[in-house]
Amino acid sequence: MLQQIFDKLRPSFEEGGKLHAFRSVFEGFETFALVPSETSRSGVSIHDAIDSKRIMSFVVIALLPALLFGMYNIGYQNAAAAGALATTGCWEMFLYGFCVMLPKIVVSYFVGLGIEFAVAQWKKEEINEGYLVTGLLIPMILPVGTPLWMMAVAVAFSVVFAKEVFGGTGMNIFNPALVARAFLFFAYPTKMSGDNVWLSKDTWFGLGHVVPDTQTMATPLGEAAAGRMADISFADMLVGLMPGSVGETSVYAILIGAVILLVTGIASWKTMLSVFVGGGLVAWLFNMGGMDNAVAQIPWYEHLALGGFCFGAVFMATDPVTSARTECGKYVYGFLIGALAITIRVLNPGYPEGMMLAILFMNMFAPLIDWCVVQGNINKRAKRMEK
Amino acid sequence: MEQTIKLRRGLNLHLEGEAQKVVRQLPQPAEVAVRPTDFTGLTPKLLVREGDEVVAGQALLTDKQSGRIHIPSPIGGRVKSVVRGDRRKLLAVVVESVEKADATLSEGQGAVQEGSLVERLCQAGLFCFFRQRPYDVVASPDDTPKGIFISTFSKMPLAADFSFVLKGEEEAFKEGLKALATIAPVHLGICTCQEKLLGGLDALENVTVHRFDGPNPSGNVGVQINHVSPVNKGEIVWTLRPQAVIFIGRWMQTGRVDLREKVAVAGSEVAEPQYVETILGAPLRDLVGTVGAHQRVINGNPLVGEKAGADDFLAAFVSEVCVLPEGDDVHEAFGWILPRLKQHSTSRSYLSWLMPGKKYAPDCRIKGGKRHMIMSGEYDRVFPMDIFAGYLIKAIITGDIDRQEALGIYEVAPEDFAVAEYVDSSKLELQRIVREGLDILRKENA
Repeated sequence: MLQQIFDKLRPSFEEGGKLHAFRSVFEGFETFALVPSETSRSGVSIHDAIDSKRIMSFVVIALLPALLFGMYNIGYQNAAAAGALATTGCWEMFLYGFCVMLPKIVVSYFVGLGIEFAVAQWKKEEINEGYLVTGLLIPMILPVGTPLWMMAVAVAFSVVFAKEVFGGTGMNIFNPALVARAFLFFAYPTKMSGDNVWLSKDTWFGLGHVVPDTQTMATPLGEAAAGRMADISFADMLVGLMPGSVGETSVYAILIGAVILLVTGIASWKTMLSVFVGGGLVAWLFNMGGMDNAVAQIPWYEHLALGGFCFGAVFMATDPVTSARTECGKYVYGFLIGALAITIRVLNPGYPEGMMLAILFMNMFAPLIDWCVVQGNINKRAKRMEK
Repeated sequence: MEQTIKLRRGLNLHLEGEAQKVVRQLPQPAEVAVRPTDFTGLTPKLLVREGDEVVAGQALLTDKQSGRIHIPSPIGGRVKSVVRGDRRKLLAVVVESVEKADATLSEGQGAVQEGSLVERLCQAGLFCFFRQRPYDVVASPDDTPKGIFISTFSKMPLAADFSFVLKGEEEAFKEGLKALATIAPVHLGICTCQEKLLGGLDALENVTVHRFDGPNPSGNVGVQINHVSPVNKGEIVWTLRPQAVIFIGRWMQTGRVDLREKVAVAGSEVAEPQYVETILGAPLRDLVGTVGAHQRVINGNPLVGEKAGADDFLAAFVSEVCVLPEGDDVHEAFGWILPRLKQHSTSRSYLSWLMPGKKYAPDCRIKGGKRHMIMSGEYDRVFPMDIFAGYLIKAIITGDIDRQEALGIYEVAPEDFAVAEYVDSSKLELQRIVREGLDILRKENA
């Protein structure tokens, strides 16, 4: 059935057809609906059933728990700020969050995939699935208060300058989602941190509550950076009903995603584990060091549960393209991300979160780590020759 | 006794239609063909013309450069046709058998008595079965190899079991090994499951037996070399498929080139998968019968073998012929998200890992689009050599010869990347990339 529909449509998208300008879009949808029946010509006759579509789809699935919780949390924070927690139902909170997030996701995909389709058409290549993940990640790592147009600009910037100029998915040096965030962070700092961005203050389709503009809300890390210890228990941190970027607050929801990624083997447990080891160890050292700094005094396990640490460790650090590619390298890479993230948190007074910069920084150094590992193998071979 | 070499990385694939341990005798084929393209790296020069009468073992082709490596005719008869492809590339020399020819014509070649063994092998036309590392091309008789490596097993899916092929040929095999041992030290790689095969082979002078235990591609001779005595720049080792040792053994015993062999005919589309006894270069249709429009005949096993046409002939370096569904008529909806229980995958996003014993009947679809290398460590997981496979592939793609050398390109052959190509989620043609890289490197170093 599907096959017949595509067969009927195909001629108009082929060279000389009326809709040739949309060939990449057509192909994108066709391969989405039907597994290509192209068979191998050289090399192996049979192939593993895995392909990058499935890999990316599973990452998206792994992101869903954190996204759904994030939606609920948007509604929860809105109700909490309006002082209407008791009168607002769970579903109402979730639907409110859903309505807030949906335009963001749509805009992110529309802008990003639009550019991807255009580039694929221009280079006569197939569409890469990488943006399916990036496009969902971007709204999830931004504060809920980021205006849509700002996100659209950031998406366009990161897809073009962090990905396509390098040659597309698989060739990029920096994680595109984090580049989008970093772009906003440096271009519009007031919209990315502070006390006034973590709350959705308007009503949507009659859902939610109008919150006065003067009402503000800080993340626990933000409070600690300002010298106040946040009034939140460790158990609450794990649940995640607190202000923060949309997807990052709930450790439990991220944990479900982590389990999906690790069981399917899509993310490297080596990277993930060593991020936590590195972060935990450095946070513990700061705890021991007795610095006169509220962030340094946050217990090490709370450090790991707060801010974007878990989200970054599970979904960002493990990006196979921008992380270290050698197995030994993954330990070093992950460890340094964790260590740097906590160091930035503690020592940088200007900004309370360090995960984004730590990962971007290590993205830059991942090739160097790999170079050292590969060079070890090369030296071994050279030595063998001298014998 | 040498210690067993244990390999952990790799992948054993279980496919439907493995050949039963039964041998069916095929009648002498009406025609056979020699395919110069099998002899990688050799520039063929024709020695016969259409209509010429030839005897079994007579050289049909020779190497243009040295003029010393001959490719022999498997049977006696008349040259029926010379098949050429694009730009007059020589594809096959077809010899048809002539009535009563066998008795008279195959007597022609006696044992060559003069010269070294290598020289005599060249003249007999058996040297073309020697290959060399680096480059995985036909060896040169002028080189002095540091060793001759032979692997007596293959763990490729549907591959022929050499322990079975050897039955009845033990003496010839032993004789062949003895002869090879006078050229250079012989390293015989056997599987731990093949102890019976040994039968005193390890007592032969200048022959060392190495036992290997591990999943596919542990039977690849390249993998074995890498663990026994890796090839450094400037060094050369020769490799032989075990069937060629039998050819040499028979020649030592009788003085005649006898290219009969047992070949496994396997695959999910074969009604009765079993072994057939035939001769090198036999028409594939004699082996597999007629095939349907949506079936693929593979000259070799599904990972290393090449896609063959209906009128193709048995290749010189294969021990099995497989028939699998082509899959070009399969239209599968939303495969990227469905469980697809009937398909094998090493990814745990499918359920194959929960059913380790299950046999699969895959078709030949690529099952995905070609992408840049996205996932890391995919190749290394199934690449049991001390080489960074992904980095080597990148060095080949970018044409960085210094880096290729540094990363160990001299140690590899395309077939070593077969399993990596199978599991690759980016669907890159690794074997083709490596073959082209080796060809360029060989030209540069010449």
